[in-house]
Amino acid sequence: MKISKKRLYLILGCVLVFYAVLAIAPAFAQDVTEAEYRAFPKIGSRNAAWIAAQLHLLFGSFILGVPMFAVIIEFIGWKTKDERYDRMAQEFIKLCMGAFSTTALLGGVLVFILIWCYPKVMSKLSGIFGPTMIFYVVLFFGETFTLYLYSYGWDKMQGRHKGWHLFLGVLLNVWGTAIMFVSNSWLSYQTSPATQYGVLSEGRRKSWIEEKLAADPSLTPETAMEGVTSHTMVPLHNETTGEFMGTLWDAVNNFTWMPVNIHRLVGNIAFGGSIVAAYAAFRFLVAKTKEDKAHYDWMGYTGNFIALCGLIPLPFLGYWLGREIYMFNNTMGINMMGSLFSWLFIIQAVMIGVLFIGANYYLWSGMGRIQGAEIYARYRPYMITVIIICVAIWMTPRTLSKISTASELSAMGGANHPHLGLFGLMTAKNTAVNIIILTTFLSFLFYRRSGKTPTASWQKVGNIAISSILFFATISIVVIGIVGFTVPTDLRVNVLTPYQVLVALAVMAVVTVVDIFMYRKATTSGTINWGEMTDRSQYVLILIAITFTSLMGLMGYARSGLREAWHIFGVMQDTSADAFTPLLSEAVNMVAIIMVAFFALVGFIFWLGLWGEKKKQASGAPAEAAVAAEGDD
Amino acid sequence: MKRPSLFTICLIILVGSWIFLKFVVGGIISVPIPGSVIAMYMGLIIIAILVHISVEDSLFREFRRPILETLVEDKRRLHRRVLVVLIPLLLLGYTYSIIAQRANPPGSPRDAHPSPPLELTYKDEVIGTMQDVVNPFRHYEKDDPEAFKAHVENGKRVYHQNCFYCHGDHLDGQGHFAPYLQPLPANFQDPGIIPNFQESFFFWRIAKGGPGLPAAGTPWDSAMPIWENTLTKDEIWDVILFLSDYTGYQFRTFGEAH
Repeated sequence: MKISKKRLYLILGCVLVFYAVLAIAPAFAQDVTEAEYRAFPKIGSRNAAWIAAQLHLLFGSFILGVPMFAVIIEFIGWKTKDERYDRMAQEFIKLCMGAFSTTALLGGVLVFILIWCYPKVMSKLSGIFGPTMIFYVVLFFGETFTLYLYSYGWDKMQGRHKGWHLFLGVLLNVWGTAIMFVSNSWLSYQTSPATQYGVLSEGRRKSWIEEKLAADPSLTPETAMEGVTSHTMVPLHNETTGEFMGTLWDAVNNFTWMPVNIHRLVGNIAFGGSIVAAYAAFRFLVAKTKEDKAHYDWMGYTGNFIALCGLIPLPFLGYWLGREIYMFNNTMGINMMGSLFSWLFIIQAVMIGVLFIGANYYLWSGMGRIQGAEIYARYRPYMITVIIICVAIWMTPRTLSKISTASELSAMGGANHPHLGLFGLMTAKNTAVNIIILTTFLSFLFYRRSGKTPTASWQKVGNIAISSILFFATISIVVIGIVGFTVPTDLRVNVLTPYQVLVALAVMAVVTVVDIFMYRKATTSGTINWGEMTDRSQYVLILIAITFTSLMGLMGYARSGLREAWHIFGVMQDTSADAFTPLLSEAVNMVAIIMVAFFALVGFIFWLGLWGEKKKQASGAPAEAAVAAEGDD
Repeated sequence: MKRPSLFTICLIILVGSWIFLKFVVGGIISVPIPGSVIAMYMGLIIIAILVHISVEDSLFREFRRPILETLVEDKRRLHRRVLVVLIPLLLLGYTYSIIAQRANPPGSPRDAHPSPPLELTYKDEVIGTMQDVVNPFRHYEKDDPEAFKAHVENGKRVYHQNCFYCHGDHLDGQGHFAPYLQPLPANFQDPGIIPNFQESFFFWRIAKGGPGLPAAGTPWDSAMPIWENTLTKDEIWDVILFLSDYTGYQFRTFGEAH
């Protein structure tokens, strides 16, 4: 019997809902009157919410990230009149379509779990954010229908309608970004229910001063304002009663909202790129024809390139978010980087190390399929050495007491190694990450140049200039890092570190521009033999996607766990049975389970697509994937 | 001279790195590095080697050539025999080193730094939130240098009467009692101690001592006394001024956000 794709989805959806109902059915036997919490059967409420939220977030990240670069690729295809780009962008959106309904389904599951297990918390949050929830639904409808139009109208809106189709793509991204910003306001508010005096509503300003006067009768309206600047942190709640006193905008525009927005926005691009690359890698590995191999090799390369573009600014944006968390609450900051969650950041360093090593490995492997790339191979051992040293610095813990024996601690004279302990400080780690980024950029530069011979008359001067820029930039990044040990932290965080980042970003921008001009009329001395990649390089793409997924899970645990025993930090305490911070090992296990579940679901969805394609091929329809990618990069 | 094979070069790098970390960095240049950290670095070096040899098929073939030759070629029969004896011996030695270890208790599982409470208190008096409280005498540094100097002098006196037995006369955690304490007293000369914390954090640690450390992240095993039972509030603030004045490090402050 022939089952259509849509019907299969419907059956699958019904089965999942049925199982979900069966799973939570026993919970309905609990007391439903005025309950603050209800326990989710078997695995507990927190774990249930954790799994649903993280899976929803991973799928959400994918479907928000992919359209961002799909529309750019479509635009490139339109401008260059190269249909291969257009087809690849379309293929990306098809992947998105497959994942879209699952994202919505998981969102629904999450809402049900939260409403059932945490009624009081949800009541409090919906009391404050109610209007944004309605807005969210409107946005969701906008996103859904725009995606349908964008995807199903792809073939119809070619030619003179292409401009309108691109407009739909941009609109899709506007909806998607707005959806994420709205939902980010809820969770960032839970972490930082406060904002700065300068951006506070007039009403909350007044009520806050009234609270101060009521708490201390010796104050006058003038003296109460002493020391208050536009940057003074003001809670959005009455500090005695816990009643919300701000406006909706105060709650949305809470202190960590924008850093979370930007971090996630760029993270989505990196994550989307990595999943697309992993998909392409899988298709490459199972491909039977040369054309398919070539196509999926090209697709994997593009996905990895996009992931790299997103990955490069991510450490800086994460650093900004961390800085804002310290600014919001120093205790929370110390918990994050120096206390309860500090070992998580060592794991993070290991995983980001894997990402950068993997991305470089893939680029170096890719040079193997370009004739004329051999001349750059001699630099590779040095680049590997630099990256490994920097990763070693990044993952060296500051405090070694947990991983040392008593005699080792005595020999070191304490929990910090007198020399290696310096690598545990942020100034060393920031220096290391900047140099990793520059080295990765250099790998990409070599990749770009492979098989090409510049014809510009000033190529010698250009090469000397590029080498000098990179050399002096590295020296200045290291010097800034060393100076960072000697200056007050405030100066380091707010001046030196941003300057280090600016040096790295400026160098990449300048060198790229010089390189583009130098190689503008370059002669091609060797072609790229798409499809002639090693299988190992494809497994690396899959590893990168797995690492991204695990990293997002772990850092999600950190962001959420930082609240400790609070649903809303400092306002609404968690008095449930789960009001404890799970062990790191427990969190890692949970993240691993979620990661496996995510890949199982994604694999299944992609397999369905593949199945449909095979059916089409079998019935004589032209294979869409049979696009030979040849020529340039 | 015949150029060594890629396999031999990789082996030399691996063994050389271990010797460098264990005996050069951990012996000549600095104090010993914990085994776990050396293992972590060695893991990275192995990854670097694997990356290098597997990027290109030709390199991979070159790397495994001596291994294959040793396994199959007649002229390498002696090598094989040596390996057949050597590998079990190495495993035996490793097993022995694990089993025959002297009792060596693990280090403290404590967190790097304790989490401070949201509110700073002295005995039962609430001073303010940990985030906002500043040293009341810090402003003298600019406003009245003479008064500031007097507070630093007082801090120095308090320090040498109470703190230096453990934290040392150079504030480096090497006081007379230090060798008998685990964990060791804080080393204020370390660039990662004073610059990472606000003065309010130091006030909390001094005032509440070891017994006042939070329930999370235990066991702390800190021998630090509860100094609010002995010192006045002003004396604690003065000691804090002395710590930064003597070491030259400035406490963590927060600039403007965004």
